[in-house]
Amino acid sequence: MTSITKPPVRHPGLRRNSIGLTARDYEGAMSTLCAGCGHDSVTAAIIQAAWELALPPHRVAKMSGIGCSSKTTAYFMKQAHGFNSVHGRMPSVASGANAANRELHYIGISGDGDSLSIGLGQLCHAIRRNVNLLYVIENNGVYGLTKGQFSASSDVGSKSKRGEPNVQPPIDPVQLALTLGATFVARSFSGDKAQLVPILKAAFEHTGLALVDVISPCVTFNDHDGSTKSYRYTREHTVELTSVDLVPLRREIGVPGGDEAVVSVTMHDGDVVRFRRTEDGYDPTDREQAIAHVRACQHRGEVATGILFIDESGHDMHEVNGTVAGALAELPFEALCPGSASLAELMAEFR
Amino acid sequence: MDCQYACPAHTNVPEYLRLIAQGRHDDSYLLNRESNVFPGILGRTCDRPCEPACRRGRVDGKPVAICRLKRVAADLRDDITDRLPVAPAVKNGKRVALVGCGPSSLTVANDLMPLGYDCVILEKLDRSGGLMRVNIPAFRLPASVLDEEIGYVLDMGVDIRYNTPVTSMKALLAEGYDAVYVGSGAPKGKELDIPGRDDPAIADRIHIGIDWLKSVHFGHIEKIESRVLIIGVGNTAMDCCRTSRRVGATDVKVIARRSRPYFKASPWELEDAEEEQVEIVENHVPKRFVIEGGQLKGMEFDVVRWTDQPGGRQKSDVLDTVVIPCDAVILAIGQDNAFPWIERDAGIAFDQWDVPVVDRATHMSSRAGVFFGGDAAFGPANIIWAVEHGHQAAISIHQYCQGLPVTDRPAFGMNLLSAKMGMHSWSYSNDYNPSPRAKMTHEELVKRFSDVAVEVELGFSPEQTAREVQRCLNCDIQTDFTAALCIECDACVDVCPVNCLTITKDGDEADLRGRLSAPAANLSQELYVSGALPQTRRVMVKDEDVCLHCGLCAERCPTAAWDMRKFELEIPYAFAAAGAAAHG
Repeated sequence: MTSITKPPVRHPGLRRNSIGLTARDYEGAMSTLCAGCGHDSVTAAIIQAAWELALPPHRVAKMSGIGCSSKTTAYFMKQAHGFNSVHGRMPSVASGANAANRELHYIGISGDGDSLSIGLGQLCHAIRRNVNLLYVIENNGVYGLTKGQFSASSDVGSKSKRGEPNVQPPIDPVQLALTLGATFVARSFSGDKAQLVPILKAAFEHTGLALVDVISPCVTFNDHDGSTKSYRYTREHTVELTSVDLVPLRREIGVPGGDEAVVSVTMHDGDVVRFRRTEDGYDPTDREQAIAHVRACQHRGEVATGILFIDESGHDMHEVNGTVAGALAELPFEALCPGSASLAELMAEFR
Repeated sequence: MDCQYACPAHTNVPEYLRLIAQGRHDDSYLLNRESNVFPGILGRTCDRPCEPACRRGRVDGKPVAICRLKRVAADLRDDITDRLPVAPAVKNGKRVALVGCGPSSLTVANDLMPLGYDCVILEKLDRSGGLMRVNIPAFRLPASVLDEEIGYVLDMGVDIRYNTPVTSMKALLAEGYDAVYVGSGAPKGKELDIPGRDDPAIADRIHIGIDWLKSVHFGHIEKIESRVLIIGVGNTAMDCCRTSRRVGATDVKVIARRSRPYFKASPWELEDAEEEQVEIVENHVPKRFVIEGGQLKGMEFDVVRWTDQPGGRQKSDVLDTVVIPCDAVILAIGQDNAFPWIERDAGIAFDQWDVPVVDRATHMSSRAGVFFGGDAAFGPANIIWAVEHGHQAAISIHQYCQGLPVTDRPAFGMNLLSAKMGMHSWSYSNDYNPSPRAKMTHEELVKRFSDVAVEVELGFSPEQTAREVQRCLNCDIQTDFTAALCIECDACVDVCPVNCLTITKDGDEADLRGRLSAPAANLSQELYVSGALPQTRRVMVKDEDVCLHCGLCAERCPTAAWDMRKFELEIPYAFAAAGAAAHG
């Protein structure tokens, strides 16, 4: 009953990006997730975003923990580095890896169990340190790998597959990240790549931790009537607060003058994120307003999506700590390990 | 299904390839035989209209070697004689005369004998097969293959009368047959009227292609001079040049009026000729025979350049005039129908080109009960067309003999059945085999030239066969979509290896083509567009162009909105009535 692997042949008209790769060159192993899993669509969106940004796959590090979500790092960019860590500990391992080699593109993939239950403290501290990392939460409101118990993101009243309602209040990673001072907070839906791909591109380009909460329905245990994380419910209750487009530096085009609805935010490396407000008066650079707005949406039973908050004036872990430029692996040995005399000198300072 | 559609006889190619893959050569042979009657013969000589249509060519540039796989089924079959159709003991009392023992007449006999008809074949030569035997050289088609497959038809009890040329249609009609079928081919080679052609001094050095091939076949000609020019570049020209190499010619040139893209010969026949050191000369228009001292010295040609003209035609400009020396010339510039034996007052209308008026669908002439098929009907084509004409004429003859209108044609049927056997399990091999097209092994040149009867193509090895059958994309296994079941999870779109699928807002076809996952540049391939999807009212669009039929869309679909379903075309044959009666 094993499935065939995806045939290596590709469409003859497939386009190549600026480093000569097709989107198919960003693929990984064949998914063993359930057919129709939202996570596979997130994988496809990551592949599309990385291809559009022409990221060199071998300069990417894929970090994950445990869970259905954490399997997905195997399904894209087979040429990239990867670390599959202990349950909930991905943020720490990613922080360590990033400390040692700041030159790679880090993408951490986690789920609502891995990040909002066992690894909640880890998530909080990674946000606090502002590790330069694209942090994707594939959020399906259910523990799929253990057959469908409610997770920490299940909404009150959402029904399990057997019909029991959830009674405990959910942890919303978006509101959590906003209150903890995250500099890039977004929410999207696995079933809407037109929205998800530009968000992932902007998140890849953000310096600091970019949290992207992706509603990614569990087709096996949480896609029934009564679930608030099903394909149908999400589609019916999504409210897009901002519509985004990432304009890379090398092909920047002028924002049409006089378009009041467009807000441009220039990122550290010169790329520009352009927002088109779809909600009246929503300002994605105002943290207080973002918190209030997302909370109001939640009370109304709506799912607020888009890039909800962005702050390009923040400082990431390396800037705060004044670390050396470049990867430790590329430092000359004498600089990396200056010898016992230097150590003695340092110790003398503390006497 | 493009291959089946392109085949005049609509042979079910993917199904017979799968049977070969399973080692079921007998079943594969019989499935072939149902539609094309002569799998062993066609597996060596068919014009292969299926191969240019084969969708594998769109994926990796080369179609599946369908024709030569047909030969594998024929070569490796066991004794299948007990599974062949038989004539009933009690005849239906109807007598049909068939003129000529070529592929089309034999097909008519094949289809009518099981119904109890008495079929009488009138053949002017002393052997069966028509053009297949006397014009196709034995190095391409061994006599044993012909004997066996023609035998399957004749052994049903056909009354075959050799050495019986029909000289008068009126006399034939007077013999009281219930129907007459003319399958006498297009037996007259075209002439080249240029200065010198009629000079009696060189008459023995200029040959008409099909007549010359026939003479070689019968052993009347055993030798040709060393320098030979073949005029024309169709498949007969290819047979002439390669036969020349086997009967003494050492310097053979094929002369073409046009450039290579316009050649009539199949590309593989050109390759085979060039492998035998035949030179192919393009853009040379014959001008005159060069005769000196009563001897053929060569031929003069205009060297031309063709340029496109408005309206799609081309015009030629003469660049130069050259003389190519030669000792003999074979004219292979086409064939004409010739019916000197049909009296023009026999009730059969002839058109402005002096060929009988024949209905394209029913094959009946203007005289009820007289039918035409094969090259005799609409001019020279190929064997597989002759077979299809035979099938259609057999249906007409059966209708006619029952007193039913010949225009009442039995309808095609079709069947669509799920190929799903279980989780990730299909009733066909759905994996994609990246192997390149298998290359046919050829007999070495020295051995080939030693005897006209040494077969050149040695057939595929078991390893080649195993790989080549897996190159088939199983185009009969359709991707079948039920919009009402779709939850728009994108799984199929994401997994498709060749970006065939897109979920998008509906639009007209030109608009949709611009919004797909991958460019849909092949405008001859229509897009498949679903009804509105339940959740967003968008539509599922499939560009079939390079679909591999790998079934991953169906495997990754959580709601079975996608299914792989086997399409089967149910082709009506005259002989099917016999089965119905027997089982009825």
